[in-house]
Amino acid sequence: MPQLIKNAALVDDAWSLRREVSSLAELGAGTREIVPLPFWLAHRDALIARGDVGVWLAPDADPEALAADVGAVPVIAVDFPAFTDGRGYSIGRLLRDRFGFKGELRAIGDILRDQLFALAECGFDAFLIRSDRDAAAALAGLRDFASIYATTSRTPQPWFRRRKEGPEKPVSAGAA
Amino acid sequence: MYRYDEFDQSVVDRRVDQFRDQTQRFLRGELTEDEFRPLRLENGLYIQKHAPMLRIAIPYGLVSARQLRMLARISREYDRGYGHFTTRQNLQLNWPRLEDVPDILALLATVQMHAIQTSGNCVRNTTTDPLAGVARDEIVDPRPWAELVRQWSTIHPEFAFLPRKFKIAITGATVDRTAALVHDIGAQAVRDHRGEVGFRVFVGGGQGRTPMIAYTIREFLPANELLNYFDAILRVYNLHGRRDNKYKARIKIIVKEMTPPVFTRQVEAEWERIRGGPGTVPGDEIERLARFFTDPPYQDFARDSVAYRAAIADSRPFSRWAARNVKPHKRKGYAIVTLSLKRTGTPPGDVTAADLEAIADLTERYSFREARVTHEQNLVLADVLQNDLHSLWMRLQQLGFATPNIGLLTDIVCCPGGDFCSLANAKSIPIAEAIQRRFDDLDYLYDLGDLELNMSGCMNACGHHHVGNIGILGVDKNGEEWYQVSIGGAQGNEASLGKVIGPSFAAADVPDVIVRLVDVYVENRHEDEHFIETVRRIGIVPFKERVYATAH
Repeated sequence: MPQLIKNAALVDDAWSLRREVSSLAELGAGTREIVPLPFWLAHRDALIARGDVGVWLAPDADPEALAADVGAVPVIAVDFPAFTDGRGYSIGRLLRDRFGFKGELRAIGDILRDQLFALAECGFDAFLIRSDRDAAAALAGLRDFASIYATTSRTPQPWFRRRKEGPEKPVSAGAA
Repeated sequence: MYRYDEFDQSVVDRRVDQFRDQTQRFLRGELTEDEFRPLRLENGLYIQKHAPMLRIAIPYGLVSARQLRMLARISREYDRGYGHFTTRQNLQLNWPRLEDVPDILALLATVQMHAIQTSGNCVRNTTTDPLAGVARDEIVDPRPWAELVRQWSTIHPEFAFLPRKFKIAITGATVDRTAALVHDIGAQAVRDHRGEVGFRVFVGGGQGRTPMIAYTIREFLPANELLNYFDAILRVYNLHGRRDNKYKARIKIIVKEMTPPVFTRQVEAEWERIRGGPGTVPGDEIERLARFFTDPPYQDFARDSVAYRAAIADSRPFSRWAARNVKPHKRKGYAIVTLSLKRTGTPPGDVTAADLEAIADLTERYSFREARVTHEQNLVLADVLQNDLHSLWMRLQQLGFATPNIGLLTDIVCCPGGDFCSLANAKSIPIAEAIQRRFDDLDYLYDLGDLELNMSGCMNACGHHHVGNIGILGVDKNGEEWYQVSIGGAQGNEASLGKVIGPSFAAADVPDVIVRLVDVYVENRHEDEHFIETVRRIGIVPFKERVYATAH
């Protein structure tokens, strides 16, 4: 059973995650691997030339380190060591909005159903659900809300710019 | 007041559905305690000493008659028939059942209310001036801005898991009545030299374990940049705030560690990148929101009420009440009335279901069907005809809300304390009552004048003890409840933090300590000098010497 949700569907994961890697020789030929940011930065030219290597960021990483590479890296993953660690949400937004990353933005780590909507709004389009949880059931988490008010990566126009012009439609069961 | 449109309603309805599903999954064992905790907290649900506690949002403190009746119904059907107004302008229920909470939230949604983000490490209920729209010193009505911030912060996806809670206060008046300087962000409306309205923005204030007065991060922010600027502040905080120690995780700590100039530079750099972007608030949007907060259909009066003047001259009790509990209104012939929830014998801020219904009736009869909750845990009827003040006062006396003590020593701000709260080190409500009983001479209280006494049962400071002119903090010493006393704290434009006068006291000694502090004030005060002014002039030493000279 796949644990990866991509574009709102369960898919087989074409990538493997390397939590640690010390040399280029460790990477197999033609295996799609996601390597740590320090390793990426140390070997970026070789890895970009391969074209089949992605990179993952710890929550304390500065995404600006990838500013020059966003057009060359196919997958960026952001690690959530605990689902309550919210730094990755801002990292996602910076990668999408400021640095213009268009590839797969993947949430890894303690990824659970109840955080998927917010992650998706912050630009994540792939979610590696924690291995002990039902990824099929987690899909429902993407639909918790239709949209919200704020400016986000997925919905750059906030609600006050999207709301339809025309007569007000207050709800009949009003507060007054 | 603001009325939801279909989108607003759908957000709240879906939040109820989401939480119902989460609760069921928790009860089925599919979510662990640790996984469920942040989800329930962001819906206002704590697990407390005796039972869950549910904190219902009253956005910027504004509540309608219909909503008051629903709060009464919920407290009666799902709780023990009473609730507690908090220093965040919210209402807490102390005895709901976990499995009932989704139904309670669904009922709230029928009157356009919710409990979203009343707890947890997220942006909390934004507070504002309880006199918004009627105060004479108002530059701009803060309520449209507060509603804008409510919408922006509701389920803001980037800031759902901040290092710690985050509190915002917005004021539109020259006199700050929101305690803006002890908030994570305070925004105060100002005009620039061209007369354009903007906000002065304060960051890094807070109470709790490490109290701090906020610093001014920006003297003038164009009003339409408010949300972009808040996004910038919160992004810097979210990325850099400390997550290794929950006691050092508030924004005030990172501001201090980075130093205000460095923090400011980071925020300003972040703002420059999003400034003028889609989050910039269009003029027509703020006008749309402002249309929900227009003046009610006031009657026109050429002068203030003659009958009201006559009633004041006629009755000393009425004149006392008018002096303390009635404030001037921007319109001739109208008045702002504070209902005191501080009568001796009732925990500060507590109301019964019957009280809530009676207050709903009062708003319909006297004040255009709306009330406001103050952060001092009282209620305000903002638009009362001066001609009606005497009959309202008679009715308030019957209901027990006419205690003429607003701003006086017995108008105690107080958290629920050790009787209810599992965080508390000590009880607070019985101490408040003991002080109220000791100062039962109204003439004496009235002579003492403005004196804010705030009390918290633990260092989380829900009772705002740091900014009380007299602050009392419950502490634990070897399993016993003791009380630390500070003086010199104040809210408002010249906010200051109280200084601890010395070793703590046993509960039974606290009223005597307060008497001694007050005695020193009375002996030293200059004419028309309030307690806080005397403390600032003579320092804490004379107070300290008196208290510890005879207390053993």
